[in-house]
Amino acid sequence: MTTLPIEPPKKLGLVIDLDICVGCHACAVNCKEWNTGGYGNALSDQDPFGADPAGTWLNRIHSFEAVPFDDAGQPAPQDARIVHFPKSCLHCDDAPCVTVCPTGASYKRSEDGIVLVNEDACIGCGLCAWACAYGAREMDAEAGVMKKCTLCVDRIYNENLPEEDRQPACVRSCPANARHFGDLADPFSDVSKMVALRGGVDLMPEQGNRPVNKYLPPRPKSGTQACGSGQSEHVSLLKMAETPQAEGFVGWLDHALSKLG
Amino acid sequence: MHPAKSVIFFTTISGAGFGLIALLALTAGMGHISWGKSWELAAVGLALAVSGLISSTFHLGNPQRAWRAVTQWQSSWLSREGVLAVFTCGLFGLWVVAGMVGYALPDMLGYVVAGLCVLTVFATAMIYAQLRPVPRWHTWLTPAIYLGFSLSSGMLLMVMLHPHYDGMAGGALGCLAIAWAVKALWWMRAAKADVRSGGSDTATATGLAGYADVRLFEKPHMTKNYLMKEMVFVVGRKHANKLRMIALLLGAAVPASLLGLSLVIDGHVFVMVLAVATHLAGLFVERWLFFAEAEHVVSLYYGR
Repeated sequence: MTTLPIEPPKKLGLVIDLDICVGCHACAVNCKEWNTGGYGNALSDQDPFGADPAGTWLNRIHSFEAVPFDDAGQPAPQDARIVHFPKSCLHCDDAPCVTVCPTGASYKRSEDGIVLVNEDACIGCGLCAWACAYGAREMDAEAGVMKKCTLCVDRIYNENLPEEDRQPACVRSCPANARHFGDLADPFSDVSKMVALRGGVDLMPEQGNRPVNKYLPPRPKSGTQACGSGQSEHVSLLKMAETPQAEGFVGWLDHALSKLG
Repeated sequence: MHPAKSVIFFTTISGAGFGLIALLALTAGMGHISWGKSWELAAVGLALAVSGLISSTFHLGNPQRAWRAVTQWQSSWLSREGVLAVFTCGLFGLWVVAGMVGYALPDMLGYVVAGLCVLTVFATAMIYAQLRPVPRWHTWLTPAIYLGFSLSSGMLLMVMLHPHYDGMAGGALGCLAIAWAVKALWWMRAAKADVRSGGSDTATATGLAGYADVRLFEKPHMTKNYLMKEMVFVVGRKHANKLRMIALLLGAAVPASLLGLSLVIDGHVFVMVLAVATHLAGLFVERWLFFAEAEHVVSLYYGR
Protein backbone atom coordinates (compact mmCIF):
# COMPACT_ATOMS: atom_id res chain seq x y z
CA MET A 1 0.00 0.00 0.00
CA THR A 2 1.25 3.44 -0.81
CA THR A 3 -0.54 5.13 2.01
CA LEU A 4 1.67 6.68 4.67
CA PRO A 5 2.34 5.04 8.04
CA ILE A 6 0.90 6.76 11.11
CA GLU A 7 3.76 8.44 13.05
CA PRO A 8 6.65 5.94 12.87
CA PRO A 9 8.21 5.30 16.33
CA LYS A 10 11.59 6.26 14.91
CA LYS A 11 12.25 8.99 12.35
CA LEU A 12 15.71 8.40 11.00
CA GLY A 13 17.11 11.31 9.08
CA LEU A 14 19.94 13.75 8.52
CA VAL A 15 20.83 17.08 10.05
CA ILE A 16 22.93 19.20 7.72
CA ASP A 17 24.94 22.12 9.06
CA LEU A 18 24.99 24.91 6.48
CA ASP A 19 27.46 26.82 8.65
CA ILE A 20 30.35 24.44 8.13
CA CYS A 21 29.68 22.66 4.84
CA VAL A 22 32.67 23.54 2.68
CA GLY A 23 31.11 22.41 -0.59
CA CYS A 24 33.70 19.73 -1.36
CA HIS A 25 31.14 17.28 -2.90
CA ALA A 26 32.80 14.35 -1.06
CA CYS A 27 29.40 13.27 0.32
CA ALA A 28 27.91 13.19 -3.18
CA VAL A 29 30.83 11.20 -4.57
CA ASN A 30 30.79 8.68 -1.72
CA CYS A 31 26.98 8.43 -2.02
CA LYS A 32 27.30 7.57 -5.70
CA GLU A 33 30.12 5.12 -5.01
CA TRP A 34 28.27 3.24 -2.26
CA ASN A 35 24.84 3.24 -3.85
CA THR A 36 25.99 2.20 -7.31
CA GLY A 37 27.04 -1.12 -5.81
CA GLY A 38 24.45 -1.36 -3.06
CA TYR A 39 20.68 -1.24 -2.84
CA GLY A 40 18.89 -1.88 -6.16
CA ASN A 41 20.09 -0.98 -9.62
CA ALA A 42 23.40 0.79 -10.21
CA LEU A 43 23.41 4.59 -10.57
CA SER A 44 24.15 4.74 -14.28
CA ASP A 45 26.00 7.39 -16.26
CA GLN A 46 25.28 8.33 -19.85
CA ASP A 47 28.15 9.33 -22.12
CA PRO A 48 30.42 9.62 -19.05
CA PHE A 49 33.59 10.46 -20.99
CA GLY A 50 31.93 12.26 -23.88
CA ALA A 51 31.00 15.84 -24.58
CA ASP A 52 27.65 15.81 -22.75
CA PRO A 53 27.86 13.52 -19.75
CA ALA A 54 24.85 12.90 -17.51
CA GLY A 55 24.03 10.52 -14.72
CA THR A 56 21.94 9.62 -11.69
CA TRP A 57 22.93 11.12 -8.34
CA LEU A 58 21.07 10.88 -5.04
CA ASN A 59 22.80 13.84 -3.46
CA ARG A 60 23.82 17.09 -5.13
CA ILE A 61 25.51 20.16 -3.71
CA HIS A 62 24.27 23.57 -4.82
CA SER A 63 26.01 26.78 -3.77
CA PHE A 64 24.12 29.95 -2.95
CA GLU A 65 25.08 33.54 -2.32
CA ALA A 66 23.43 34.70 0.90
CA VAL A 67 23.28 38.37 1.86
CA PRO A 68 22.26 38.39 5.55
CA PHE A 69 19.78 40.95 6.82
CA ASP A 70 20.97 43.60 9.28
CA ASP A 71 19.15 44.98 12.35
CA ALA A 72 16.76 46.92 10.20
CA GLY A 73 15.98 43.85 8.13
CA GLN A 74 17.89 45.23 5.15
CA PRO A 75 20.35 43.06 3.19
CA ALA A 76 23.91 43.89 4.26
CA PRO A 77 26.09 43.32 1.16
CA GLN A 78 29.30 43.66 3.18
CA ASP A 79 28.32 40.49 5.07
CA ALA A 80 27.61 38.42 1.96
CA ARG A 81 28.70 34.80 2.15
CA ILE A 82 28.55 31.58 0.19
CA VAL A 83 26.30 28.88 1.60
CA HIS A 84 27.05 25.40 0.26
CA PHE A 85 23.84 23.43 0.23
CA PRO A 86 23.80 19.61 -0.01
CA LYS A 87 20.40 18.26 -1.01
CA SER A 88 19.10 14.70 -0.87
CA CYS A 89 15.80 13.04 0.12
CA LEU A 90 14.32 14.57 3.28
CA HIS A 91 12.28 11.43 4.17
CA CYS A 92 9.18 13.59 4.73
CA ASP A 93 6.46 12.61 7.21
CA ASP A 94 3.82 13.63 4.66
CA ALA A 95 5.65 12.39 1.61
CA PRO A 96 3.60 13.11 -1.54
CA CYS A 97 6.01 10.96 -3.59
CA VAL A 98 4.62 7.94 -1.72
CA THR A 99 0.90 8.60 -2.08
CA VAL A 100 1.02 9.44 -5.81
CA CYS A 101 2.69 6.12 -6.68
CA PRO A 102 0.29 3.98 -8.73
CA THR A 103 2.03 0.65 -8.11
CA GLY A 104 2.99 0.68 -4.44
CA ALA A 105 6.69 0.74 -5.38
CA SER A 106 7.24 3.96 -3.45
CA TYR A 107 6.76 3.48 0.28
CA LYS A 108 7.62 4.85 3.71
CA ARG A 109 8.72 2.32 6.31
CA SER A 110 6.49 2.17 9.37
CA GLU A 111 9.38 1.20 11.67
CA ASP A 112 11.84 4.04 10.99
CA GLY A 113 10.24 6.39 8.47
CA ILE A 114 12.75 5.78 5.67
CA VAL A 115 11.24 6.41 2.22
CA LEU A 116 12.27 3.73 -0.27
CA VAL A 117 11.49 2.50 -3.78
CA ASN A 118 10.85 -1.18 -4.48
CA GLU A 119 12.57 -1.17 -7.85
CA ASP A 120 10.99 -4.47 -8.93
CA ALA A 121 7.54 -2.85 -8.79
CA CYS A 122 8.48 0.57 -10.21
CA ILE A 123 7.10 1.22 -13.71
CA GLY A 124 9.17 4.39 -14.18
CA CYS A 125 6.25 6.77 -14.70
CA GLY A 126 8.12 9.61 -12.99
CA LEU A 127 5.09 10.99 -11.13
CA CYS A 128 6.82 10.70 -7.72
CA ALA A 129 9.66 12.90 -8.99
CA TRP A 130 7.08 15.47 -10.10
CA ALA A 131 5.38 15.30 -6.70
CA CYS A 132 8.63 16.00 -4.81
CA ALA A 133 9.25 19.70 -4.21
CA TYR A 134 12.93 19.13 -3.51
CA GLY A 135 14.10 17.25 -6.59
CA ALA A 136 15.16 14.32 -4.43
CA ARG A 137 14.27 11.63 -6.97
CA GLU A 138 15.95 10.91 -10.26
CA MET A 139 14.92 8.34 -12.84
CA ASP A 140 17.79 6.13 -13.85
CA ALA A 141 18.06 6.29 -17.63
CA GLU A 142 19.55 2.80 -17.84
CA ALA A 143 17.27 0.87 -15.49
CA GLY A 144 14.09 2.93 -16.11
CA VAL A 145 13.26 2.97 -12.41
CA MET A 146 13.21 5.77 -9.86
CA LYS A 147 16.29 6.17 -7.70
CA LYS A 148 16.46 8.04 -4.42
CA CYS A 149 18.40 8.30 -1.17
CA THR A 150 17.88 5.15 0.90
CA LEU A 151 19.49 6.73 3.96
CA CYS A 152 21.99 3.91 3.28
CA VAL A 153 19.54 1.39 4.70
CA ASP A 154 22.11 -1.24 3.67
CA ARG A 155 24.76 0.34 5.94
CA ILE A 156 22.95 1.60 9.01
CA TYR A 157 21.63 -1.84 10.04
CA ASN A 158 24.53 -3.80 8.56
CA GLU A 159 26.20 -5.87 11.26
CA ASN A 160 28.94 -6.95 8.86
CA LEU A 161 30.31 -3.42 9.00
CA PRO A 162 32.33 -2.05 11.94
CA GLU A 163 30.02 -0.04 14.19
CA GLU A 164 31.49 3.34 13.21
CA ASP A 165 30.61 2.63 9.57
CA ARG A 166 26.92 2.00 10.30
CA GLN A 167 26.03 5.48 9.13
CA PRO A 168 24.96 6.82 5.75
CA ALA A 169 27.92 7.09 3.36
CA CYS A 170 27.53 10.88 3.08
CA VAL A 171 27.75 11.31 6.87
CA ARG A 172 30.74 8.99 7.16
CA SER A 173 32.69 10.77 4.42
CA CYS A 174 32.07 14.42 5.36
CA PRO A 175 35.49 15.88 6.24
CA ALA A 176 33.96 18.95 7.92
CA ASN A 177 31.46 16.99 10.05
CA ALA A 178 28.63 18.99 8.51
CA ARG A 179 26.31 15.98 8.21
CA HIS A 180 24.76 14.12 11.12
CA PHE A 181 22.56 11.03 11.24
CA GLY A 182 20.12 10.01 13.94
CA ASP A 183 16.57 9.59 15.22
CA LEU A 184 14.68 12.87 15.00
CA ALA A 185 11.65 11.41 16.80
CA ASP A 186 13.74 11.04 19.96
CA PRO A 187 14.05 14.47 21.61
CA PHE A 188 17.18 13.31 23.49
CA SER A 189 19.12 12.13 20.45
CA ASP A 190 22.21 14.11 19.46
CA VAL A 191 20.58 15.26 16.25
CA SER A 192 17.42 16.47 18.03
CA LYS A 193 19.51 18.39 20.58
CA MET A 194 21.51 19.94 17.75
CA VAL A 195 18.31 21.03 16.00
CA ALA A 196 16.96 22.56 19.22
CA LEU A 197 20.22 24.35 20.02
CA ARG A 198 20.88 25.77 16.58
CA GLY A 199 17.30 26.42 15.44
CA GLY A 200 17.19 23.75 12.73
CA VAL A 201 14.68 24.41 9.97
CA ASP A 202 12.55 22.60 7.40
CA LEU A 203 13.00 23.27 3.69
CA MET A 204 9.92 24.80 2.03
CA PRO A 205 7.60 24.26 5.04
CA GLU A 206 4.83 25.94 3.00
CA GLN A 207 4.71 22.84 0.77
CA GLY A 208 3.29 20.90 3.72
CA ASN A 209 5.53 17.85 3.42
CA ARG A 210 6.87 17.89 7.02
CA PRO A 211 10.43 16.84 6.12
CA VAL A 212 12.34 14.78 8.70
CA ASN A 213 15.77 16.07 7.66
CA LYS A 214 16.66 19.43 9.17
CA TYR A 215 19.09 22.15 8.08
CA LEU A 216 21.07 24.23 10.57
CA PRO A 217 21.31 27.85 9.41
CA PRO A 218 24.73 29.55 9.23
CA ARG A 219 25.95 31.03 12.53
CA PRO A 220 26.39 34.82 12.51
CA LYS A 221 29.95 35.70 11.60
CA SER A 222 31.87 37.08 14.57
CA GLY A 223 31.29 40.80 14.87
CA THR A 224 28.31 40.79 12.54
CA GLN A 225 24.66 40.79 13.34
CA ALA A 226 22.64 37.59 13.43
CA CYS A 227 19.20 37.84 11.99
CA GLY A 228 16.70 38.97 14.59
CA SER A 229 18.83 37.82 17.53
CA GLY A 230 19.15 41.33 18.93
CA GLN A 231 22.90 41.18 19.48
CA SER A 232 24.24 44.70 19.86
CA GLU A 233 27.92 44.34 18.91
CA HIS A 234 27.56 45.23 15.30
CA VAL A 235 30.87 45.93 13.61
CA SER A 236 30.70 46.59 9.93
CA LEU A 237 33.23 44.65 7.92
CA LEU A 238 33.81 47.82 5.91
CA LYS A 239 34.96 49.59 9.06
CA MET A 240 37.23 46.67 9.91
CA ALA A 241 38.79 47.01 6.49
CA GLU A 242 39.80 50.63 7.18
CA THR A 243 43.45 51.27 8.20
CA PRO A 244 43.71 50.75 11.94
CA GLN A 245 45.49 53.31 14.14
CA ALA A 246 48.82 51.89 15.27
CA GLU A 247 49.95 52.38 18.88
CA GLY A 248 53.26 52.42 20.84
CA PHE A 249 56.59 52.47 19.01
CA VAL A 250 54.97 51.67 15.66
CA GLY A 251 52.53 54.50 16.28
CA TRP A 252 55.36 56.93 16.97
CA LEU A 253 57.19 55.71 13.84
CA ASP A 254 54.03 56.10 11.75
CA HIS A 255 53.53 59.59 13.14
CA ALA A 256 57.19 60.62 12.63
CA LEU A 257 57.46 59.24 9.10
CA SER A 258 54.18 60.96 8.16
CA LYS A 259 55.67 64.26 9.29
CA LEU A 260 58.69 63.77 7.02
CA GLY A 261 56.23 63.97 4.14
CA MET B 1 7.45 20.49 -17.09
CA HIS B 2 8.64 18.25 -19.89
CA PRO B 3 5.87 17.84 -22.51
CA ALA B 4 6.15 14.15 -23.41
CA LYS B 5 4.40 13.43 -26.73
CA SER B 6 2.89 10.20 -25.42
CA VAL B 7 1.27 12.00 -22.49
CA ILE B 8 -0.07 14.83 -24.68
CA PHE B 9 -1.59 12.24 -27.03
CA PHE B 10 -2.96 10.24 -24.10
CA THR B 11 -4.69 13.12 -22.34
CA THR B 12 -6.27 14.60 -25.50
CA ILE B 13 -7.24 11.45 -27.43
CA SER B 14 -8.37 9.50 -24.38
CA GLY B 15 -10.36 12.56 -23.29
CA ALA B 16 -12.07 12.71 -26.69
CA GLY B 17 -12.78 8.97 -26.55
CA PHE B 18 -14.37 9.12 -23.10
CA GLY B 19 -16.33 12.22 -24.15
CA LEU B 20 -17.74 10.33 -27.12
CA ILE B 21 -18.43 7.20 -25.06
CA ALA B 22 -20.31 9.28 -22.47
CA LEU B 23 -22.49 10.93 -25.14
CA LEU B 24 -23.13 7.62 -26.93
CA ALA B 25 -24.00 5.94 -23.65
CA LEU B 26 -26.47 8.69 -22.75
CA THR B 27 -28.07 8.53 -26.20
CA ALA B 28 -28.31 4.74 -26.02
CA GLY B 29 -29.56 4.97 -22.44
CA MET B 30 -32.44 7.10 -23.69
CA GLY B 31 -33.17 4.42 -26.28
CA HIS B 32 -32.07 6.38 -29.36
CA ILE B 33 -29.22 4.06 -30.37
CA SER B 34 -29.30 0.30 -30.59
CA TRP B 35 -25.91 -1.41 -30.53
CA GLY B 36 -27.06 -4.09 -32.99
CA LYS B 37 -27.19 -1.45 -35.72
CA SER B 38 -24.71 1.16 -34.53
CA TRP B 39 -21.89 -0.81 -32.92
CA GLU B 40 -19.30 0.97 -35.08
CA LEU B 41 -19.97 4.24 -33.23
CA ALA B 42 -19.03 2.49 -29.99
CA ALA B 43 -15.97 1.02 -31.68
CA VAL B 44 -14.71 4.51 -32.56
CA GLY B 45 -15.13 5.69 -28.95
CA LEU B 46 -13.38 2.62 -27.54
CA ALA B 47 -10.58 2.84 -30.12
CA LEU B 48 -9.84 6.44 -29.13
CA ALA B 49 -9.98 5.79 -25.39
CA VAL B 50 -7.86 2.64 -25.59
CA SER B 51 -5.25 4.06 -28.01
CA GLY B 52 -4.78 6.97 -25.62
CA LEU B 53 -4.30 4.58 -22.71
CA ILE B 54 -1.79 2.48 -24.66
CA SER B 55 0.08 5.62 -25.66
CA SER B 56 0.40 6.60 -21.99
CA THR B 57 2.54 3.51 -21.39
CA PHE B 58 5.12 4.65 -23.97
CA HIS B 59 6.74 7.10 -21.58
CA LEU B 60 7.22 4.49 -18.86
CA GLY B 61 10.68 3.22 -17.94
CA ASN B 62 9.31 -0.31 -17.52
CA PRO B 63 6.00 -0.59 -19.45
CA GLN B 64 5.88 -4.37 -19.00
CA ARG B 65 4.90 -3.75 -15.37
CA ALA B 66 2.11 -1.29 -16.23
CA TRP B 67 -0.53 -3.70 -14.90
CA ARG B 68 0.73 -2.95 -11.39
CA ALA B 69 -0.67 0.57 -11.74
CA VAL B 70 -4.23 -0.63 -11.00
CA THR B 71 -3.36 -1.73 -7.48
CA GLN B 72 -3.08 1.53 -5.50
CA TRP B 73 -6.48 3.10 -6.20
CA GLN B 74 -6.97 3.87 -2.51
CA SER B 75 -4.22 6.50 -2.47
CA SER B 76 -3.08 7.34 -6.01
CA TRP B 77 -4.93 9.37 -8.65
CA LEU B 78 -2.84 7.77 -11.39
CA SER B 79 -3.93 4.36 -10.18
CA ARG B 80 -7.57 5.49 -9.92
CA GLU B 81 -7.38 6.76 -13.49
CA GLY B 82 -6.14 3.35 -14.64
CA VAL B 83 -8.81 1.42 -12.76
CA LEU B 84 -11.64 3.71 -13.89
CA ALA B 85 -10.48 3.70 -17.53
CA VAL B 86 -10.23 -0.08 -17.72
CA PHE B 87 -13.54 -0.59 -15.88
CA THR B 88 -15.39 2.01 -17.99
CA CYS B 89 -14.13 0.60 -21.28
CA GLY B 90 -14.84 -2.95 -20.12
CA LEU B 91 -18.39 -2.21 -18.99
CA PHE B 92 -19.17 -0.20 -22.13
CA GLY B 93 -17.69 -2.90 -24.37
CA LEU B 94 -19.72 -5.57 -22.60
CA TRP B 95 -22.92 -3.56 -23.01
CA VAL B 96 -22.27 -3.05 -26.73
CA VAL B 97 -21.30 -6.67 -27.41
CA ALA B 98 -24.38 -7.89 -25.51
CA GLY B 99 -26.54 -5.58 -27.65
CA MET B 100 -24.87 -6.84 -30.83
CA VAL B 101 -25.68 -10.46 -30.05
CA GLY B 102 -29.26 -9.52 -29.25
CA TYR B 103 -29.09 -9.58 -25.46
CA ALA B 104 -30.28 -6.19 -24.25
CA LEU B 105 -28.83 -5.11 -20.90
CA PRO B 106 -30.82 -2.45 -18.98
CA ASP B 107 -30.77 1.06 -20.48
CA MET B 108 -29.80 2.35 -17.03
CA LEU B 109 -26.24 1.30 -17.93
CA GLY B 110 -26.07 4.36 -20.18
CA TYR B 111 -26.12 6.70 -17.21
CA VAL B 112 -23.68 4.54 -15.27
CA VAL B 113 -21.18 4.50 -18.16
CA ALA B 114 -21.55 8.26 -18.74
CA GLY B 115 -20.88 8.88 -15.03
CA LEU B 116 -17.83 6.61 -15.12
CA CYS B 117 -16.49 8.53 -18.15
CA VAL B 118 -16.74 11.79 -16.20
CA LEU B 119 -14.93 10.22 -13.23
CA THR B 120 -12.20 8.81 -15.50
CA VAL B 121 -11.44 12.17 -17.12
CA PHE B 122 -11.60 13.82 -13.69
CA ALA B 123 -9.04 11.31 -12.36
CA THR B 124 -6.76 11.99 -15.34
CA ALA B 125 -6.82 15.70 -14.55
CA MET B 126 -6.24 15.09 -10.84
CA ILE B 127 -2.88 13.42 -11.64
CA TYR B 128 -1.73 16.97 -12.46
CA ALA B 129 -4.04 19.08 -10.28
CA GLN B 130 -2.88 17.30 -7.11
CA LEU B 131 0.74 18.44 -7.53
CA ARG B 132 1.37 21.27 -5.09
CA PRO B 133 4.94 21.89 -6.37
CA VAL B 134 3.45 22.97 -9.73
CA PRO B 135 1.36 26.06 -8.94
CA ARG B 136 -0.12 26.39 -12.47
CA TRP B 137 -1.70 22.93 -12.21
CA HIS B 138 -2.71 22.97 -8.56
CA THR B 139 -6.26 24.28 -9.03
CA TRP B 140 -9.80 22.95 -9.48
CA LEU B 141 -9.74 24.66 -12.90
CA THR B 142 -7.45 21.87 -14.15
CA PRO B 143 -10.12 19.13 -13.90
CA ALA B 144 -12.57 21.69 -15.30
CA ILE B 145 -10.54 22.16 -18.51
CA TYR B 146 -9.97 18.43 -18.93
CA LEU B 147 -13.71 17.77 -18.59
CA GLY B 148 -14.57 20.73 -20.84
CA PHE B 149 -12.32 19.58 -23.68
CA SER B 150 -13.42 15.98 -23.27
CA LEU B 151 -17.00 17.17 -23.78
CA SER B 152 -16.19 19.50 -26.71
CA SER B 153 -14.16 16.91 -28.63
CA GLY B 154 -16.70 14.18 -27.81
CA MET B 155 -19.53 16.39 -29.02
CA LEU B 156 -17.76 17.22 -32.31
CA LEU B 157 -17.17 13.49 -32.86
CA MET B 158 -20.85 12.88 -32.12
CA VAL B 159 -21.94 15.42 -34.76
CA MET B 160 -19.51 13.82 -37.22
CA LEU B 161 -20.63 10.24 -36.59
CA HIS B 162 -24.28 10.46 -35.59
CA PRO B 163 -25.81 13.75 -36.78
CA HIS B 164 -29.40 12.58 -36.40
CA TYR B 165 -30.88 15.25 -34.22
CA ASP B 166 -31.81 18.87 -34.74
CA GLY B 167 -29.71 21.32 -32.83
CA MET B 168 -26.71 19.00 -32.36
CA ALA B 169 -24.39 21.37 -34.20
CA GLY B 170 -25.65 24.18 -31.99
CA GLY B 171 -25.02 22.03 -28.93
CA ALA B 172 -21.48 21.31 -30.11
CA LEU B 173 -20.92 25.03 -30.61
CA GLY B 174 -22.09 25.65 -27.04
CA CYS B 175 -19.72 22.95 -25.70
CA LEU B 176 -16.81 24.53 -27.61
CA ALA B 177 -17.65 27.92 -26.12
CA ILE B 178 -17.88 26.54 -22.57
CA ALA B 179 -14.64 24.55 -22.86
CA TRP B 180 -12.63 27.51 -24.15
CA ALA B 181 -14.20 29.89 -21.64
CA VAL B 182 -12.98 27.63 -18.84
CA LYS B 183 -9.57 27.46 -20.50
CA ALA B 184 -9.51 31.27 -20.67
CA LEU B 185 -10.12 31.35 -16.90
CA TRP B 186 -7.33 28.80 -16.43
CA TRP B 187 -4.96 30.96 -18.50
CA MET B 188 -5.92 34.07 -16.54
CA ARG B 189 -5.11 32.31 -13.28
CA ALA B 190 -1.94 30.79 -14.78
CA ALA B 191 -0.64 34.27 -15.61
CA LYS B 192 -0.42 34.90 -11.86
CA ALA B 193 0.51 31.37 -10.76
CA ASP B 194 4.26 31.43 -11.32
CA VAL B 195 6.74 29.26 -9.46
CA ARG B 196 6.79 31.62 -6.45
CA SER B 197 3.02 32.05 -6.17
CA GLY B 198 2.66 29.25 -3.61
CA GLY B 199 4.91 31.12 -1.16
CA SER B 200 8.07 29.20 -2.08
CA ASP B 201 11.20 31.04 -3.15
CA THR B 202 14.95 30.46 -3.12
CA ALA B 203 15.10 31.51 0.54
CA THR B 204 12.46 29.01 1.76
CA ALA B 205 13.94 26.34 -0.53
CA THR B 206 17.31 26.67 1.21
CA GLY B 207 15.93 27.20 4.72
CA LEU B 208 17.46 30.70 4.78
CA ALA B 209 14.18 32.66 4.78
CA GLY B 210 14.37 35.48 7.32
CA TYR B 211 18.15 35.17 7.49
CA ALA B 212 19.34 36.38 4.12
CA ASP B 213 18.63 37.34 0.55
CA VAL B 214 19.54 34.25 -1.43
CA ARG B 215 20.44 33.61 -5.04
CA LEU B 216 22.09 30.72 -6.84
CA PHE B 217 25.86 31.07 -7.00
CA GLU B 218 26.79 27.77 -8.62
CA LYS B 219 24.84 24.76 -9.85
CA PRO B 220 25.87 21.30 -8.60
CA HIS B 221 27.20 20.32 -12.03
CA MET B 222 27.92 21.74 -15.45
CA THR B 223 25.65 19.50 -17.54
CA LYS B 224 21.95 18.66 -17.63
CA ASN B 225 20.31 16.15 -15.34
CA TYR B 226 16.97 14.35 -15.11
CA LEU B 227 15.47 17.02 -12.84
CA MET B 228 16.35 19.83 -15.23
CA LYS B 229 15.04 17.93 -18.24
CA GLU B 230 11.74 16.99 -16.55
CA MET B 231 11.00 19.95 -14.30
CA VAL B 232 13.11 22.90 -15.36
CA PHE B 233 11.84 22.71 -18.96
CA VAL B 234 11.94 26.20 -20.49
CA VAL B 235 12.18 25.57 -24.24
CA GLY B 236 9.49 27.33 -26.24
CA ARG B 237 8.11 29.50 -23.45
CA LYS B 238 9.06 32.57 -25.44
CA HIS B 239 6.61 31.45 -28.15
CA ALA B 240 3.82 30.87 -25.64
CA ASN B 241 1.64 33.73 -26.87
CA LYS B 242 1.89 32.67 -30.51
CA LEU B 243 1.15 29.08 -29.58
CA ARG B 244 -1.86 30.20 -27.55
CA MET B 245 -3.22 31.99 -30.62
CA ILE B 246 -2.62 28.87 -32.74
CA ALA B 247 -4.43 26.75 -30.14
CA LEU B 248 -7.39 29.14 -30.18
CA LEU B 249 -7.45 29.28 -33.96
CA LEU B 250 -7.25 25.51 -34.51
CA GLY B 251 -9.11 24.47 -31.39
CA ALA B 252 -11.92 27.02 -31.33
CA ALA B 253 -12.27 29.34 -34.35
CA VAL B 254 -11.83 26.85 -37.19
CA PRO B 255 -14.04 24.05 -35.78
CA ALA B 256 -16.70 26.62 -34.84
CA SER B 257 -16.73 27.98 -38.42
CA LEU B 258 -16.83 24.45 -39.84
CA LEU B 259 -19.76 23.59 -37.56
CA GLY B 260 -21.59 26.61 -39.00
CA LEU B 261 -20.68 25.53 -42.52
CA SER B 262 -21.98 22.00 -41.88
CA LEU B 263 -25.44 23.43 -41.30
CA VAL B 264 -25.71 25.06 -44.72
CA ILE B 265 -23.96 22.66 -47.11
CA ASP B 266 -24.39 19.07 -48.11
CA GLY B 267 -21.75 16.39 -47.55
CA HIS B 268 -21.15 17.65 -44.09
CA VAL B 269 -19.37 14.48 -42.90
CA PHE B 270 -16.20 15.66 -44.62
CA VAL B 271 -16.60 19.11 -43.06
CA MET B 272 -17.03 17.56 -39.62
CA VAL B 273 -13.98 15.29 -40.08
CA LEU B 274 -12.04 18.46 -40.71
CA ALA B 275 -13.61 20.13 -37.67
CA VAL B 276 -12.67 17.21 -35.40
CA ALA B 277 -9.14 17.07 -36.82
CA THR B 278 -8.47 20.79 -36.33
CA HIS B 279 -10.03 20.77 -32.87
CA LEU B 280 -7.75 17.92 -31.78
CA ALA B 281 -4.75 19.65 -33.37
CA GLY B 282 -5.64 22.75 -31.34
CA LEU B 283 -5.89 20.61 -28.20
CA PHE B 284 -2.43 19.14 -28.87
CA VAL B 285 -1.02 22.67 -28.88
CA GLU B 286 -3.05 23.60 -25.79
CA ARG B 287 -1.81 20.47 -23.96
CA TRP B 288 1.80 21.05 -25.04
CA LEU B 289 1.59 24.50 -23.47
CA PHE B 290 -0.10 23.01 -20.38
CA PHE B 291 3.09 21.06 -19.74
CA ALA B 292 5.73 23.39 -21.17
CA GLU B 293 4.49 26.46 -19.28
CA ALA B 294 4.10 24.73 -15.91
CA GLU B 295 6.89 25.64 -13.51
CA HIS B 296 8.03 23.33 -10.74
CA VAL B 297 9.40 24.66 -7.44
CA VAL B 298 12.51 22.50 -7.84
CA SER B 299 13.62 25.04 -10.45
CA LEU B 300 14.28 27.40 -7.50
CA TYR B 301 17.35 25.25 -6.79
CA TYR B 302 18.51 25.90 -10.35
CA GLY B 303 18.39 29.67 -10.34
CA ARG B 304 14.88 30.28 -11.69
